[in-house]
Amino acid sequence: MLRHLMALFVLVLLALPGVASAQDVRPPDNAVNVDAPRASTGGAQTLQDVLRRQQGLAVDDSFRRNNIGGDAGTAPGLGPLGGTSDAEQWRALRYNEADVRVTTLNTTGKVLVQDGGMWWLDIRRGALPAYGGWLLLGTLAILAVFFLLRGRVRVEDGMSGRTVTRFKAIERFAHWMLAGSFILLAVTGLLSLFGRKVLIPAFGHGFNSALLTGTKYIHDNVSWAFMIALVMVFVMWVWHNLPDRTDLTWVRYGGGIIGKKHPPAKKFNAGQKLIFWSVILLGASVSVSGLSMLFPFDMPLFGHTFAVLNDTGLPQALGFGTLPVNLAPQEEMQYAQLWHAIIGFVMMAIIFGHIYIGTLGMEGAYDAMGSGEVDVNWAEQHHSIWLEKVRETEHRSPAE
Amino acid sequence: MKVMFAGFAGIMVIGVVAYFGLHEMGFSSQDVYSSGNVRLD
Repeated sequence: MLRHLMALFVLVLLALPGVASAQDVRPPDNAVNVDAPRASTGGAQTLQDVLRRQQGLAVDDSFRRNNIGGDAGTAPGLGPLGGTSDAEQWRALRYNEADVRVTTLNTTGKVLVQDGGMWWLDIRRGALPAYGGWLLLGTLAILAVFFLLRGRVRVEDGMSGRTVTRFKAIERFAHWMLAGSFILLAVTGLLSLFGRKVLIPAFGHGFNSALLTGTKYIHDNVSWAFMIALVMVFVMWVWHNLPDRTDLTWVRYGGGIIGKKHPPAKKFNAGQKLIFWSVILLGASVSVSGLSMLFPFDMPLFGHTFAVLNDTGLPQALGFGTLPVNLAPQEEMQYAQLWHAIIGFVMMAIIFGHIYIGTLGMEGAYDAMGSGEVDVNWAEQHHSIWLEKVRETEHRSPAE
Repeated sequence: MKVMFAGFAGIMVIGVVAYFGLHEMGFSSQDVYSSGNVRLD
């Protein structure tokens, strides 16, 4: 599904020049049967295919994909290849439908021609860094505009100087392990993605090679700390992040971010719950695709996922047709890389917002994770229900 | 502040343990796909 979505983006980009063509693409006057059905060409390409390819439109390659010999392959008395032609054999190899047996340990030894390679390379080099980069820059721009318009959310009655404990040490430890590892992973991930496009032209091959070797060590090993911290954060805070009725009130008031209202909230408000679930779900997804790449060819995820999706009928309903389930090992890794990078970009954009609101955007917010102690006026303004509960607990068991 | 640095220290410790632990387990492609007749180093 992802492949078709990405292909759609690339096609839109490529089809635009086709709209503004300088010359007419018309077949010559003595051309015979321009719209001839494929059968009359003996199953080969038609002029229509060539014209569509020139205009950057998708060509329906089912005439190749389905023409791989069929029953002729097992025709009796004709040796191991049966009655198939060489062309049919090569098409079977190209579309990963051939029955290949190899003596290499690595299953990639079976793949002579990988049909999925070029579209992946085009996206990896073109659409992925372009759209991802613009997503990040756009997010920063939106935050800058928001800050200029709204300014910092102040504590209205000013800081009182009296504090209440918001986060215990273990909570802050888990958060900072998650945050620190995420920053390292994000930076090293971006360096890996933009190495060829940006770093090599700027600093040369030697610098890029040395930098990315170190980057890879950091990315691969820090990822474990990220996964451990993700589990810790989930276990500690999942109960406080389950949606409830106060969230509806909070959303109705726009979180108080526009205007002067102070909607009540428990330990985490609806906005924080969105951040929590985004980090947990997207973090789990990025971790699984990352593990797939840490143990290459050992954890193929997409063939099976596509088979399940095909069974639900959703891709067909959305117009993507049947998703490919017979993926070469390299193709699995390619899908994993694209998915990992896209989820990474989305997470980075979300975390930009999280960092903004926790530092610049809201007075008194950083203390929650910095020292664990927040001003009571801040707590009254932003998490009134939580503050009430904390005070009740203190009254019931007063400190000695 | 102390807890933040403790978190960062945790990242470094886990990173180093992961590096050596994984290599001990023979996780690298070099180790996985080598055999008696195939040297990949």
